[in-house]
Amino acid sequence: MTGIAAFGAYVPYTRLPLALIQGRPAKEGGPEKAVAYYDEDAITMAVAAAIDCLAGIDRDQVDAVYFASTSYELKEKQGAAVIAKALDLRRDVLTSDHAGSLRAGTGALEAGLVAVKAGAARNALVVASDCRMGAPRGALEGKLGDGAAAFLVSAENTIATWTASHAVTAEFQDAWRIDGEPFTHSWEDRFVVQEGVIPNLGDALRGLIDKAGAAPGDFAKVALYAHDARTLAAVAGAAGIDRSQLQDPLLGRLGNTGAAYAPMLLIAALEEASPGQKLLVASYGDGAHGLAFETSDALAALPPRLGVAGHLARRRTLGSYDAYLRSRKLDPKEWEGGADLGLSATVRHRESDADIGFIGGRCTACGQIHLPTPRVCYACKAKDQWEPARLSDKTGRVLAFTFDYFFPAAEPPTIMVVTEVEGCRVQVQMANTQPDEVRLDLPVEFVFRKIHDAGGKANYFWKASPLRKGEAR
Amino acid sequence: MNPEAIRDKVSVVGVGCCQFGENWTSSREDMIVDAVYEAYEDAGIEDPDRQIEAVFAGAVYPREGSGEVAEALKLFGKPITMLMDYCQTGTDAFRCGVFSVAAGLYDTVLVIGFDKPKDRGVSGPSVNFDKVRGLPATPAGWFSLCAARYFDTFDAGREDLARIAVKNHHNGTLAPKSMLKKEITVEDVLKARIISWPFGLFDCAAQSDGAAAAIITRTDLGRSFRDDPVLVKSVTVATAEHPQRDPDFDFLAWKPTLYAAKDAYAQAGITEPFRELDVVQLHDCFTLTEMLSYEDLGLCKKGEAKDHIASGTFELGGELPVNTDGGLKTFGHPTGATGVRMIYENVLQLQGRAGPRQVPNATLALSHNIGGAPQTCGIAILGMN
Repeated sequence: MTGIAAFGAYVPYTRLPLALIQGRPAKEGGPEKAVAYYDEDAITMAVAAAIDCLAGIDRDQVDAVYFASTSYELKEKQGAAVIAKALDLRRDVLTSDHAGSLRAGTGALEAGLVAVKAGAARNALVVASDCRMGAPRGALEGKLGDGAAAFLVSAENTIATWTASHAVTAEFQDAWRIDGEPFTHSWEDRFVVQEGVIPNLGDALRGLIDKAGAAPGDFAKVALYAHDARTLAAVAGAAGIDRSQLQDPLLGRLGNTGAAYAPMLLIAALEEASPGQKLLVASYGDGAHGLAFETSDALAALPPRLGVAGHLARRRTLGSYDAYLRSRKLDPKEWEGGADLGLSATVRHRESDADIGFIGGRCTACGQIHLPTPRVCYACKAKDQWEPARLSDKTGRVLAFTFDYFFPAAEPPTIMVVTEVEGCRVQVQMANTQPDEVRLDLPVEFVFRKIHDAGGKANYFWKASPLRKGEAR
Repeated sequence: MNPEAIRDKVSVVGVGCCQFGENWTSSREDMIVDAVYEAYEDAGIEDPDRQIEAVFAGAVYPREGSGEVAEALKLFGKPITMLMDYCQTGTDAFRCGVFSVAAGLYDTVLVIGFDKPKDRGVSGPSVNFDKVRGLPATPAGWFSLCAARYFDTFDAGREDLARIAVKNHHNGTLAPKSMLKKEITVEDVLKARIISWPFGLFDCAAQSDGAAAAIITRTDLGRSFRDDPVLVKSVTVATAEHPQRDPDFDFLAWKPTLYAAKDAYAQAGITEPFRELDVVQLHDCFTLTEMLSYEDLGLCKKGEAKDHIASGTFELGGELPVNTDGGLKTFGHPTGATGVRMIYENVLQLQGRAGPRQVPNATLALSHNIGGAPQTCGIAILGMN
């Protein structure tokens, strides 16, 4: 039965009392967060967690390494390969990185489980590690912590058997870090919680519990990504999970460790679990993803390790905020305000059907299609009678055009057209053409393009492209 | 609407207008005071605190509400309405003022339109990146959308548009407060750099700073202000389908104008606009907007605008002079002020005070704005009897 054969974790020895961030003296026992010190990063923490995980295990038995992080610093250079070398794994080990989302940790765990279940690997090492930064004294700085989780996934001798998985995906821009920028940004917290965390984690958990053929109360512990304590309680409530089932989210002790966060909480749950218990883990980011496990008798035989609890017990606190800033080479004058946030994340959220999906609405009363989908139909004035109509795979024709030299563009003019597609009028720019090709009634197809980079982020929409004779589509 | 509800019940008894242009050294306060105090003087108002009961103001760019107007004019303790509806903002402020007087709420009210786009540090309108659909969102891009289909259907072209720019540049040289005073040729227009095809630089209105004001009162009180009050025959606004989304839009006529004109003529009792009207100020944000508006306002048949352009129908000295002060093109287009500026010009024309650009014996005058994508239109018709 495929599942987890061993686990390990890493929490940096160094803690930053949150009081110091606000310039207040730190009290023993007060809230703090784990901070990777100047000589640590996502890779070093990942290696430490993997070593904790592989205690007593023949490393030549590891066939694959899946590394998850949003903060590993290199592009075009794999983190998993560094980890494999540091662990002295076999040369023919399969390595790959998972990144780009706070869900990368559970995503890598799922990839490892699937590979083992499919027989592509007997033993897969899954490591999640993150070292994210909020801007100094910004809203996020006190919430984010650093740490790593590691699992050995195997088909044999599992301490926890994998019983079910469920994911929901949402195109949702709540937190992001632009390439080259040190700090994570986030849209307004209330929007993130109400439209992102609660509905997505709630849906993932309900779907997962259903797939596991269980009732919410059947799980001994639920290891949930915690946006904050209040949101954690709301998510649990949405899924019918009692607060007593929740694994301690370690807020004020560890902090939100990003892609490693839910995996670390699963490890904390495994450390306290008894054989024969059902456990859940769920992470959040661009949707949500959960996995269900059931512990086995082998759990009792697992050799001791530091894990999450052992690492949390070993600590030293930084004496000053300045020491933290120096360790990160941060200028205390850096702050997150004033930056161009670009397109409103709330507008983006509401309009993603039309903007990203090029999906309009077909009026079920009269058949007229509009993009974006309005509430009331232009043609027959029927209210709220819409079914989705995907226009991205349809062809259209140019009804009107202009060549705009005023609009800032790399190569003016910007060609703007009103197209007719399936009876719907859509104003778009044109791609793959020049003004001399554009004419009334020109047949077009639609291509997904970057429309602008307001806020330093790529913003996407569709453009019309001439449908040329002899070109397959 | 009851078409008799407005006609002749309200009169314009004073108008004012500041110098339009890139007013680098004057503020919105300066321009508001210049326009309004000229209107006070024109109406013989000596005690605005007592004589002005309410203010209806329009502006597109500021976000400061009615307080800005009260502070500029030191008019306190009065209802001040602040509204915005793109290019027809000024006409809508005038409409709300007229309605308030016609309804018997007030005897005398002040109408102001103002805007100061040249404090924003950009030439032309702003390009906003607050959404991804609809880009490039430039007014030239919106108003040029009818060009290809209209040109194709009626065998018209950029030369026809150029003649409109030449006419309005000439008229602007005759208006003391206009922004641009420069004669141009058809060749100048055709050679200019393209902004958004088919619009070259000279096909586009001059964005400027400016303010204009009007004092309106109950018609039975009109002669207590001056001997030649101007009657409001009709004023209306209409909102139409978004031309980029409307599945029935034909790219040949702007629907907002079609809707508003029908109502405006019904209110004023006009059945043959070309014959009955003596002077017209219409919304020439771009030359094509003026061309389509000749037809959409019923001044000529659809598709015949180019023939009238060629024969000079709408020039000063023609059968129906249009944009006698140079229009948006050369007088300038401070968005919120434009509708009131047109009323200022029509009042001067009807009272015989328009100097070298005077249309002889003008007794019925129309002003027209079209704004947004465009989706909105405002029309006011003034007359002497």
